[in-house]
Amino acid sequence: MTTLIKTDRFTLSDAERAAIEQEMHHYEDPRAASIEALKIVQQQRGWVPDGAADAIGEILGIPASDVEGVATFYSQIFRQPVGRHIIRVCDSMTCYIGGHESILDSIQGQLGIGPGQTTADNRFTLLPVCCLGNCDKAPALMIDDDTFGDVSADGVAALLEAYP
Amino acid sequence: MATIHVDGKQYEVDGADNLLQACLSLGLDVPYFCWHPALGSVGACRQCAVKQYSDENDTRGRLVMSCMTPATDNSWISIDDEEAKAFRASVIEWLMINHPHDCPVCEEGGHCHLQDMTVMTGHNQRRYRFSKRTHVNQELGPFIAHEMNRCIACYRCVRYYKDYAGGTDLGVFGANDQVYFGRVEDGTLESEFSGNLTEVCPTGVFTDKTHSERYNRKWDMQFAPSICHGCASGCNTSPGERYGEIRRIENRFNGSVNHYFLCDRGRFGYGYVNREDRPRQPIVQRSKLTMGIDAALDQAAGLLNRRRIIGIGSPRASLESNFALRELVGAEDFFSGIAREELDNIQLVRQILQDGPLPVASIRDMEAHDAVFVLGEDLTQTAARIALALRQAARGKATELAKAAGIQDWHQAAVQNIAQGAQNPVFIASLDSTRLDDIAAESVHAAPDDLARLGCAVAHAIDPSAPAVAGLESEAAELAERIAQALLAAKRPLLVSGASLGSRAIIEAAANIAQALKNRQKNASISLVVPEANSMGMAMLLAGESADKSVEAALAALSAGQYDALVVLENDLYRRADKASVDAALAAVGVIIAADHQQTPTTDRAHLLLPASSFAEGDGTLVSQEGRAQRFFQVFDPSYYKPEVLIREGWRWMHALRSTLLGQPVDWTTLDQVTAACAQVHPRLAPITEAAPDAGFRIRGLKLARSPHRYSGRTAMRANLSVHEPRQPQDPDSAFAFSMEGYAGSREQRQQVPFAWSPGWNSPQAWNKFQDEVGGHLRSGDPGVRLFDGARMDLHWTAPPAAFAPAQGTWQVVALHHLFGSEENSSRAAPIQERMPQPYIALAEAEAARLGVNEGALLGFTLGTEVLQLPLRISADLPLGVAGLPAGLPSIPPLTSNAVVTELREAAQ
Repeated sequence: MTTLIKTDRFTLSDAERAAIEQEMHHYEDPRAASIEALKIVQQQRGWVPDGAADAIGEILGIPASDVEGVATFYSQIFRQPVGRHIIRVCDSMTCYIGGHESILDSIQGQLGIGPGQTTADNRFTLLPVCCLGNCDKAPALMIDDDTFGDVSADGVAALLEAYP
Repeated sequence: MATIHVDGKQYEVDGADNLLQACLSLGLDVPYFCWHPALGSVGACRQCAVKQYSDENDTRGRLVMSCMTPATDNSWISIDDEEAKAFRASVIEWLMINHPHDCPVCEEGGHCHLQDMTVMTGHNQRRYRFSKRTHVNQELGPFIAHEMNRCIACYRCVRYYKDYAGGTDLGVFGANDQVYFGRVEDGTLESEFSGNLTEVCPTGVFTDKTHSERYNRKWDMQFAPSICHGCASGCNTSPGERYGEIRRIENRFNGSVNHYFLCDRGRFGYGYVNREDRPRQPIVQRSKLTMGIDAALDQAAGLLNRRRIIGIGSPRASLESNFALRELVGAEDFFSGIAREELDNIQLVRQILQDGPLPVASIRDMEAHDAVFVLGEDLTQTAARIALALRQAARGKATELAKAAGIQDWHQAAVQNIAQGAQNPVFIASLDSTRLDDIAAESVHAAPDDLARLGCAVAHAIDPSAPAVAGLESEAAELAERIAQALLAAKRPLLVSGASLGSRAIIEAAANIAQALKNRQKNASISLVVPEANSMGMAMLLAGESADKSVEAALAALSAGQYDALVVLENDLYRRADKASVDAALAAVGVIIAADHQQTPTTDRAHLLLPASSFAEGDGTLVSQEGRAQRFFQVFDPSYYKPEVLIREGWRWMHALRSTLLGQPVDWTTLDQVTAACAQVHPRLAPITEAAPDAGFRIRGLKLARSPHRYSGRTAMRANLSVHEPRQPQDPDSAFAFSMEGYAGSREQRQQVPFAWSPGWNSPQAWNKFQDEVGGHLRSGDPGVRLFDGARMDLHWTAPPAAFAPAQGTWQVVALHHLFGSEENSSRAAPIQERMPQPYIALAEAEAARLGVNEGALLGFTLGTEVLQLPLRISADLPLGVAGLPAGLPSIPPLTSNAVVTELREAAQ
């Protein structure tokens, strides 16, 4: 038997629970709060552990399979632990032409991680993302909530410095 | 009606359909995946593309998805258009990119919709040569095997499982080309209708695990039109046999009963047919001496000669077998084999359905009702297919809302979206919580007498001339008022009740509601569930009798020494009456002859045991809860593989016994003769000869084939016995041949279809080719004949019972039914046994708290003369003052509605 997902030993914190319940009341159908609920958990923990689907489903009154369906559909809901900071490097067409590969190489050189990987010190996770809406400033990347444009391979080191 | 033009030809079609339905109904082949007749259109797979033109002068046209395009009048389309063909070929190539092409080892192979559609589309060369995405499979329990790599992401499984069947534990995860259909974690699929996934899935993601260990292709099996013996619903099945074993049960389409779906008891509960420990030769139980048929008959005749013989029949045996026993012993000495209380209730149900004020709904027709009241029946456990139909009745609200907004009913995603979860009202009044409560507008749980009082209050609220219920709590009165208003507000209200709680008062309350609805001139229907496959048939066989035909009466007569010999047919008396009285009766009689297809505590007590056929080796007629007489046909002849097997139909044994006893020649050599004789017993039974075509039925002079054309290995399968292949077994009883020789197609008119096949269509979707319109009814009429469509009469009101008030220190015993476990035969099947609960005693939370016991605590108690010890199951919804026991499970004695539990306490460890 292969266990894809283990759901035991997960409980929502009181703060998460309260935030989800509040979010739920913004919608006619509690199901509509699924994404917000997942974001709340991710905000608290950095990612969404396996058992969260059951716990959120219970609050919203929907099956865990529905919550898990939403959680696995969206690439920005993390279903594995991530580092303290998320680097999102845009790999869409404009940034590709603008030289996004040199950015990736630079990050790889400095941190030793490729897309989808996390540094050993748990400081950074590198993820590809499709378009940050900054095509006029390609190549673009995002670190946590900060967006940077016209990034150069040489300038990456300085950017990363600001995120201990 | 609408006129459409397909590839230059003009056709008349139903304008409410989409183009795919219209084309399939015309018999034209358009490939499709995500569309399913029962699930509607979502336009997900893009496989059914056709070219549509704006008018006859348009030569360019545009590609449309036929399942998403209405068949409006004066449509011009082309299926054969080159661009449409190329598009469809591309679509299937994309869908197949990650498909493992593992047909040789895939259990879907040979009845696979994906194979059929791939061939139909002409995709025969794989160009993709890179790595394929792979998935980890899940362990989904004893019924269903999971192989996600084969998935083409049509979404049928979740649309069926979640939207249609109300399941919650199957979902879809991930996105784009990494989509996964399964559970959140490994574990048994919870839905009682999970088996339908094997037929809904167009490929081999979900396959029948019970078939897996003894696998063979569909084309290598022998089938017959059969009727499920698992409950009284009367679902049509298509059991498949190879090497003398039933290997799989498939759904058989009956547009008035089960259409595309079965429950898991019906699909996976066949294992009792294959059990090693079945009696297969006549056997003298004391000496364990087996004998041939003539010797057995001589022995039996010797035992019975000049004795006063009593016959006990069975509600799980066919009409024919019961009738033959009745002929053997005489009507006066023939007994039903049903407990008194249950028999009385079934007879009451029969009277209400036969003569009462409301027409009896077929299961398919239940889906078309717009308000439902379920009184006292846990349908998912007692007649599961009805529960699935009621889900569709609730969902009917969505179709109605969509219609008002101008959206066609097949536009599934839009229909669901516009409804936003709105449902037709379903009210459930039951003993404990049920698996249907999730669709209930309101559900209430009460003791049987209180349920009956609620029912009477509903009747009174509908029609004030119905007797009022004195002393009803205001809460119950208000609920009754709401139920009455909902039923009166509906266009077609449906009332469902039944005999599973053993409460006459509940059935009488249902009769009051029926009469009240009739008095208010509502276009209402009724359905009353009876316990077993042929309970209703037995009730009709005994309809003209005034004497007590119960098991108790039979046992009393035996104990009183009124008889010297007992012939018991396909019935385990220990499941019908308490052990002491059965023991006493069997001890009092000199000779016991039993005919059964299983070893039971009763057959252990017999002097001579005759091996009777199960549904797989014999033919007969059953009457379902709807009053539909349906014939089941022999699937295979076991003696072809093992000549020493001497299994015969119950009616053949009984009749041969009679002939031997009387020294007469055998009169009935075929099924048709005994069915015709049985039809004479009661005028209401007369139509049973029409339930299926007789043995003389031929198509173009041919019998009907039980096996597909490609059936292989016949000359070799018996080579271990002899290299000389004998003549195939002959079937004098039906129009079917034990052979692939004979008619097997879909073009000619025939109602009885052993297996669904039509050229190019090997999967269950081949039923398209047998239907008047896709998903509708069989072109030649749905199988079976309804016996209860005669004149309707008014019923007298019945007064409500007194409120439930158990005596101090006693708990009324109530029967809790289990789909897996409560039915005798299916509970002998290993996969079902894996799903059976352990025996328990259920109490309300407050009762457990008062006794100071926790879930699982071992409780000792007295029930009648028996002292039992069972673990406690605490129920949040069970009413106070009752003790629930799982009906039919091992160690649980037969339950009656007036039984009480006393001296209930925690057992000393």
